[in-house]
Amino acid sequence: MSHDLRIPQLVCPAGSLRALHSAVDAGADAVYLGLKDATNARNFAGLNFDDAQVRDGVAHAHGRGAEVLMALNTFADAHDPSPWFRAADKAVALGADALIVADSAVMAWCRRQHPQLRLHLSVQASATSHAAIEFYRSRYGIQRAVLPRVLTLQQVAQVVRQSSIDIEVFGFGSLCVMVEGRCTLSSWVTGQSPNNAGVCSPASAVRWNEQADGSVDARLGGVLIDRYGASEARGYPTLCKGRFEVNGRREYALEEPTSLDTMELLPQLMAIGVAAIKIEGRQRSAAYVGQVTRAWRSAIDRAAADPKGFAPAAAETAVLASHAEGQRHTLGAYERPWR
Amino acid sequence: MTTPGIESAESQQPLAPLDLTVGPVLYHWPRATLLDFYAGVADSPARTVVLGEVVCARRRELRLPDWLALGRELQRAGKQVVLATQALVETEADLRLIEHQAEQSEFAVEAGDASALQLLAGRVPLVLGPHLNIYSQQALLEHADLGATRWVAPVELALDAVARINPPTAPVLGAGGQPLQTEVWAFGRVPLSFSVRCFTARHHGVAKDSCGFVCLSDADGLAMNSSDGAPFLVLNGTQTQSAAVQCLLGDASALRAAGVNSLRLSPCARGFLQVLRDFDAVLHQQGAADPVMVAWPALGVPGPYGNGYARHQPGMAWSET
Repeated sequence: MSHDLRIPQLVCPAGSLRALHSAVDAGADAVYLGLKDATNARNFAGLNFDDAQVRDGVAHAHGRGAEVLMALNTFADAHDPSPWFRAADKAVALGADALIVADSAVMAWCRRQHPQLRLHLSVQASATSHAAIEFYRSRYGIQRAVLPRVLTLQQVAQVVRQSSIDIEVFGFGSLCVMVEGRCTLSSWVTGQSPNNAGVCSPASAVRWNEQADGSVDARLGGVLIDRYGASEARGYPTLCKGRFEVNGRREYALEEPTSLDTMELLPQLMAIGVAAIKIEGRQRSAAYVGQVTRAWRSAIDRAAADPKGFAPAAAETAVLASHAEGQRHTLGAYERPWR
Repeated sequence: MTTPGIESAESQQPLAPLDLTVGPVLYHWPRATLLDFYAGVADSPARTVVLGEVVCARRRELRLPDWLALGRELQRAGKQVVLATQALVETEADLRLIEHQAEQSEFAVEAGDASALQLLAGRVPLVLGPHLNIYSQQALLEHADLGATRWVAPVELALDAVARINPPTAPVLGAGGQPLQTEVWAFGRVPLSFSVRCFTARHHGVAKDSCGFVCLSDADGLAMNSSDGAPFLVLNGTQTQSAAVQCLLGDASALRAAGVNSLRLSPCARGFLQVLRDFDAVLHQQGAADPVMVAWPALGVPGPYGNGYARHQPGMAWSET
């Protein structure tokens, strides 16, 4: 059986040079990073790389046999698309191994200007079927596609079987319940969205107000996203993870604060032939990146050696649980108990 | 935003037509309700009607042969008919449905995602639907040569961006070297996101695959208010919409200046035919927007209103026009 298994590449987030070092030193096969601007989907203050840092990061990663993937996964602006095209040029000049892209305008630029550059289709391109992936492969030479976090294992297997290119899936981290690249909830409330600004529920639009009874209101763009009791743990008011009223009942109407963790599915993902597993979290600390990478490295290595006997180790589970949103995990759409 | 050339043209000639398009019904309406609705649309001022189920593959009150028959009837009534593909494609059955839509030769097809682009390109006249991420002229050019006749702008795009992407003075050329038409979301609750998860089923505590079609009772979707009771979003199965209705009825001159050719009006359960007549009157007979909009709530048209997206503001923002 083991000759059928494909050992997936472990792709880890780097929001800073320190995080990049942590990931590479903990055994990442590849790291992904973005520039300090709106050309990537983690456009947060204090995060991401300038040119010199990309160069340093590439040198460190390549020195240890790891790849550097640059995320260029927002949509070029109608008024001035040039920063997206310059970012592609930079990826080449600074030695990135591949570009993670979502916008057909950017893909076309890369095909024309940098035909040798490897392109990965970002999750933000929302390709949920083999036909969608084939559209981007045939027109732009995409060599790998990252699947939205919405497909079941069976559907992932179907896509892998019917696609001629490599498939990457999310393994761990924050969970979008909406199809990536197809959600404008954030801009409806704040004017800024993942597609148009590389952010969701931006901190600049968040207001916390403590009430006389000790409860705390969390508002985004003026809209009450959640109200926490005085003794209740508070989460960041990501729009889709708040509590709302439906038919007079207050509930997490869209998604509960929880994280994706697919470690127990590793043998199945390997049997399916998934080429790479992505860890989410460029906005997280270098410590998070180091610990999560180390846990996944060891899990992948053990699953490769003995897929049938594989189970996540207690230490790995504990590390991942400590980093989960709301300290809770789900297999997300891969399992879909709600189906 | 208004260019001098456009203004002088307006002052000398009759107003440039802004055609009305009836978008696909986004809710799960019973078959009889759908047929009644389209009988009314046949006699309305709409020029184009987009048909099909775009939200959930489990909704089958009408199937493709029914939509085709309805399309022929609307065509006989003088309407231009477009079939729409599902916005979120997950299964082989979803792909087969698009394949069947590609095989027919009577109607243009509106692509809801890249799967549809792959299956439809070069086979049918293509409408680039509002859920395709076309945010720059370069991106529009990439899609224009797939056989496109019309571009429906993404909902969050401002009108000045729309004008940059498909400029009225030098439009992008699509199928047959013809200028690509621009359409914008001018009336209706805005589809803001898609998921594979059905939020309506989730609220009712039922599984998606045995949902009992609970959404049939939500003719305008299921209201989701903030914890302080303010209307915020609407659950429509796997789609999440704004509670507010985006309305650009007061923006006629800005729409014309941006090179917009047609306005998409997204159906609501009540008052929609009057909304169509009001848009026609205001746009083509220079009526005022405010008095007609004031009358809509009494007809059962949902509210409140938003027009922020057109102005680079949060979509839910409302500016008097």
